[in-house]
Amino acid sequence: MVPTSYYLILSAIIFTIGAVGVLGRRNALIIIMCVEMMLNSVNLTLIAFAMQWNNLNGQVFVFMVMAVAAAEVAVGLAILIAHFHLSKTTNIDDINLMKW
Amino acid sequence: MFESVWLLFALPAFGALIILFAGQWMSQKVVGWVASAAVAAAFLMSVLLFFSLTALPAEERSITITWWQWMTIGDFHVPAAVLIDPLSVTMAMVVTGVGALIHIYSIGYMDHEPRYQRFFFYLNFFILAMLTLVMSNNFLGMFVGWEGVGLASFLLIGFWFDKKDEMYGWYADCGKKAFIVNRIGDFGMILAMIMVWSTLGTVVFTELNEAAHHLAPATATIICLLLLLGATGKSAQIPLYVWLPDAMAGPTPVSALIHAATMVTAGVYMIIRTNMLWHLTTDAGLVTAWIGMLTALLAASIAIVQTDLKKILAYSTVSQLGFMIAAAGLAAYGAALFHLVTHAFFKALLFLAAGSVMHATHGILDINRLGGLRAKMPTTYRTFLIGAAALAGIPLMSGFFSKDAILVVELEKNIALYLVGAVTALLTAIYSFRAVFVTFHGQPRDQHVYDHVHESPGVMTIPLWILAVLSVVAGVINLPFVLTLDRWLEPVIGEHEKIPLVLELLGITISIVIAVLGVLIARSLYLTNEPWARRLTQPFSSLRKPAEQKWYVDEAYTFIVVSPIKAASGWFARVFDPRVIDGAVNSVGGVLSDAGEAVRKLQNGAIPAYALSIFLGVVVVMIYFIFAG
Amino acid sequence: MDFAMIFFILVGALSVATAVGVVTSKVAVHSALFLLVHFATLAILYVTLNAQFLAATQIIVYAGGIVILILFVIMLIGSAPLETRAGYRSWVPYAGLALGVLMLAGMAMTILQMPLTPLDPNANQGGAPIIMGIELYSQNILLVQLAAVLLLVALIGALLLARRPKNEESPISNL
Repeated sequence: MVPTSYYLILSAIIFTIGAVGVLGRRNALIIIMCVEMMLNSVNLTLIAFAMQWNNLNGQVFVFMVMAVAAAEVAVGLAILIAHFHLSKTTNIDDINLMKW
Repeated sequence: MFESVWLLFALPAFGALIILFAGQWMSQKVVGWVASAAVAAAFLMSVLLFFSLTALPAEERSITITWWQWMTIGDFHVPAAVLIDPLSVTMAMVVTGVGALIHIYSIGYMDHEPRYQRFFFYLNFFILAMLTLVMSNNFLGMFVGWEGVGLASFLLIGFWFDKKDEMYGWYADCGKKAFIVNRIGDFGMILAMIMVWSTLGTVVFTELNEAAHHLAPATATIICLLLLLGATGKSAQIPLYVWLPDAMAGPTPVSALIHAATMVTAGVYMIIRTNMLWHLTTDAGLVTAWIGMLTALLAASIAIVQTDLKKILAYSTVSQLGFMIAAAGLAAYGAALFHLVTHAFFKALLFLAAGSVMHATHGILDINRLGGLRAKMPTTYRTFLIGAAALAGIPLMSGFFSKDAILVVELEKNIALYLVGAVTALLTAIYSFRAVFVTFHGQPRDQHVYDHVHESPGVMTIPLWILAVLSVVAGVINLPFVLTLDRWLEPVIGEHEKIPLVLELLGITISIVIAVLGVLIARSLYLTNEPWARRLTQPFSSLRKPAEQKWYVDEAYTFIVVSPIKAASGWFARVFDPRVIDGAVNSVGGVLSDAGEAVRKLQNGAIPAYALSIFLGVVVVMIYFIFAG
Repeated sequence: MDFAMIFFILVGALSVATAVGVVTSKVAVHSALFLLVHFATLAILYVTLNAQFLAATQIIVYAGGIVILILFVIMLIGSAPLETRAGYRSWVPYAGLALGVLMLAGMAMTILQMPLTPLDPNANQGGAPIIMGIELYSQNILLVQLAAVLLLVALIGALLLARRPKNEESPISNL
């Protein structure tokens, strides 16, 4: 059997890659994709621990995370489209209406 | 009988309140008579107290009526109480009696004054404060009265606060000067009170009588010197006498009441009242005596060359107060009080007569513009002459007996003081009769002024005559060898010393010679212009200029004290306050504002920056939990 | 090194590779496709972890829903190349990289020190979907209800947010 810690390491790697992507990319859509990737890595961690402790709560939690992630992507993309109507750009650096 | 002593205070208080609240609906005459009636009733009350006291045997003549406990802090107890004993009753009679006469006089003097309601309110308030001062049974009550009369003095000196002229400057500034100079004296008094309480544990005079024996002489000296500082402020001695000549900017009744008869005697009263402390230290007493006599000499030398009639009388007051303070310093309290009482009569008389002249000439008191007034103002002339005779010490006048009492004590105790006193007495005789001769005798120097002069109305001249009679007969209260007043005061001041017969007679003789000589010198210098007098005064002519400039004391004070303080305050106002204090306050706001500006820059709206900061925070927390959590 | 381990390593490597591809590709559509394969690899890993229901849900929701959605939006608005920015923007990626390495090192250190018991291959009763179903609809029925409400709200919200302003031309007509 594959030890749980291997899954956890894999999850950590994917999370880091997602985090770097969020910081480094300019296109807002790519950033949303990276956020989804980070969420998925957390899902992997939860399921690995569900198997480790023989407890289904981990999997239930993942179910919820998926539901929330879906809703969040939908709303986030809607916001992005609304902003695009306004400014005609998806460059994250130009989305700065909250500036002082 | 003694229980109703509260009436003594209530009468002037009610008078003041009535005038304050209802005065605008009363006519000027009514306001004046209400005020005078209040003080006259207070005088009757004090006379009743006097007779009640005489009914008691001598050992029991000290009654304390406590109204309420004013302050109780730990073991610091101060009652609001009245001490009825010979000293306080005597002072009360003088204050209310002379005060009533001056109130009546003011009805006539201030008849053209638009602010008469305010004037009579202030006068009644002054009487109330002065009574508090002399009748209170403890230091703090006395100090309340002390401050109260200082306030009344300030208000009344600057009564015509919108007036300004060459001699006084802004009249309001004269009031300010009086108040501020007095404050320096008050500082000494407060320190003395604190020292008394901290060393003896009580501030009540009757308790101090026993407790004072526990004082070390050095402590007593310090306390008495501090008390002396207070006395020099209120009673206008060196170094704090400079306010009294400027106080003449006030209306003449004010000068008569406050700056001749009553307020300025508060310092002398205070020393007599605290004699239990002064008995322990002869050094402080000697200092006091020297300060008194030097002040007397200095003031007399200035008075002799002054040209304004009121200023002559002002410096004369400073000089006579010096005699009283000197007597108090030499523990001759009876003589000091005697001179206080007679001086109240004849100095008030002189001031009121000068006021009569001022009323007639519409404000002109420069003796170089007056002259020959005795033909047109006979009553004023005669009463002024009586007052001047008492001041000069003409034999059998009251002033003769009282001044002689002081001089004889000096002759017995300290010959140097006596010599200074004798010279001052000579100068006193000269300047008082100079005032008489130049103002009332000879030819009028200004015909225009002379034509408009008229005698004053009855309401002004009757008080003059009453005071004149008193100035003549008041000598009986303490004749030499009979010493009624000294014996009357024994419950307060202890046994009086007996002066040897030889010295007494010697003193009397010399005083008579000095008085007569002074009159003759004055007559020949100012009336008949005889050469022998001029040859006599020739050696002193070089001193004339400095004396006319008041020995440059005011200028010296301005240079040493006033200008540096003004410069320092100016610096504080222009530099320190705007830059440092406002700067500190503003920079608190400025710092916050700049910090907010800096923090605001964090909100740059750039999402990657926010993401980075979140990520950074996560990493930091993670590291913390790995290594320290 | 048994079959399970080799399998895990292969799938894991593919997962990491596609993740890197998402982050680094220049064309947005390529990123989306990389993401799709990444989700699929994760689903495979869920199966090995006795979570078959979740593997299916992963494919259906993520791969079949979210990625499609993203592709749609890319087609609508996001495929133009973007210009570089100067200033602080230039060092943020490197700072992120450094922080990421740091975080990875910390996590790895912790994970490797965790004392874990060996896995039971029959944990969660083999991971059959029915087990998950029973669990969801008996113990956690409230959560299911809430998820439903959440999805409804998100649906309405997304509809409202993305509506075109009244008097404006739709950008779709420009394509």
